[in-house]
Amino acid sequence: MFGVLFEQTADGQRYIDWLLSGLGWTLALAFFGWWIAFGIGVVVGVGRTVQNRFFSVPARLYVEIFRNIPVLVQMFLWYFVFPEVVPSALGDAIKQIPPPWASFFPALLCLGLYTASRIAEQVRAGIEALPRGQIEAANALGLNGYLTYRYVIVPQALRLIVPSLTSEVMGIYKNTSVALTIGLMELTAQARQISEATFQTFTAFGAATIIYLCLALVAYQAMTLIDKAVRIPGSAPVKPGTDEDLATEMRQGGAVPNAMEVVK
Amino acid sequence: MNTLDFSIVTQSWPYLWSGLLFSLALTAAAFVIGMVLGTCLALVQHFEIPVFAQIIRGYVAVIRSIPLILVLFWFFFLVPIVLGHLSGNGRPIPIGATYTAFITFGLFEAAYYSEIIRVGLRAVNKGQFEACQALALSTYDTYRHIVLPQVLRVASPIILSQTIILFQDTSLVYVLSLTDLLGAASKLAQLNGRLVEMYLVVAVAYLAISSAASQCVAVLRKRYALATSR
Repeated sequence: MFGVLFEQTADGQRYIDWLLSGLGWTLALAFFGWWIAFGIGVVVGVGRTVQNRFFSVPARLYVEIFRNIPVLVQMFLWYFVFPEVVPSALGDAIKQIPPPWASFFPALLCLGLYTASRIAEQVRAGIEALPRGQIEAANALGLNGYLTYRYVIVPQALRLIVPSLTSEVMGIYKNTSVALTIGLMELTAQARQISEATFQTFTAFGAATIIYLCLALVAYQAMTLIDKAVRIPGSAPVKPGTDEDLATEMRQGGAVPNAMEVVK
Repeated sequence: MNTLDFSIVTQSWPYLWSGLLFSLALTAAAFVIGMVLGTCLALVQHFEIPVFAQIIRGYVAVIRSIPLILVLFWFFFLVPIVLGHLSGNGRPIPIGATYTAFITFGLFEAAYYSEIIRVGLRAVNKGQFEACQALALSTYDTYRHIVLPQVLRVASPIILSQTIILFQDTSLVYVLSLTDLLGAASKLAQLNGRLVEMYLVVAVAYLAISSAASQCVAVLRKRYALATSR
């Protein structure tokens, strides 16, 4: 069934090489996007929990804006609109970027910033789930606000939210497919291209689906290992972001729900 | 940088409006299909009906692991073939991108709603089932009148949040060249070269609708939380 993948293409490669190159772009986008998202997400998530309005209002705005605009629209904003609204020298420089990178960088920025808003909500949930006593103890030891967050609050919160970050990891690698709309030849785009070149639609999409399933499995296993390694002994995993009220209510009802927050 | 000229947006307002109506119709249809089908899928898994439960588990796992765009491509390709087989003559029946979008989003969302409802079903207090047995209610009556209403009520904030995500995801029908809100804006933008204005307006429209809806969900959640703590 997958034999066609090993046939020669018009450009002298094999179809499987197209798929692998697509996989490469997908992985690169997901991997680097993740670190952008994680860095910004932690900062914004902390900002959501501090008393100082100077930090909390921009953090809230950030989350509201980036979470409530569809990824595809954000993709178009970075790709089509951003070079037009910045000063023309910079805009022209952006338009000079050669083809694959001209799509890759906007996509990277888009996915990183979008996922950051989701991670920020998880980080906030993790911080709010910590007992008050942690902050009080830090105060009693004479730590200032920055040191309290740096050494007491954030490390514990991050250890708590590893299970719910799994769905964000799955989310970012799936969202990489949106980059095909701005011309990046990632995995889904390559699958479509193969299907158009060979008319073996079932094979082309089937191969891509299997690769995505493997990625999901790897992501899930990796996050489970990380969770095992860093879990605070004796702690129950924190329920994701916006659903903590419900999770608590459901827990009172008996079973502990998991994977309540579903991400595409 | 050219000066922004939003007059193009007011001129093309009817077209954008019809695009928005399509997005909302798609969201509503996917919500209804997804909820009905999702509840069935969740119940089949909950009752551990042999073979079907395993197939559904596999379906939900696959759907949740691959990107929505790939799912759209899959259905765009598969639905005519399946319909052809169902109709008997075995020839693919082309049904067009619009129907494909409705079917795809319904089936796709069913996987997500079923996960929510499945977890909700597990969370129902055991005493509820025992009370139903004590009252000699049949399994059907137990689920129809006692269990499902509670699950839907408790899970309603999550279901609504998921529906807001669904509304945003309908923008992906762009890959099928359909004229939803984004599709309409994109077609106009290419026609008159006003990309910046068009995409900014669309972004603001999505932002306004989604944040208003999120605020409503937050209010609902708060009211509900109060009601249960009393």
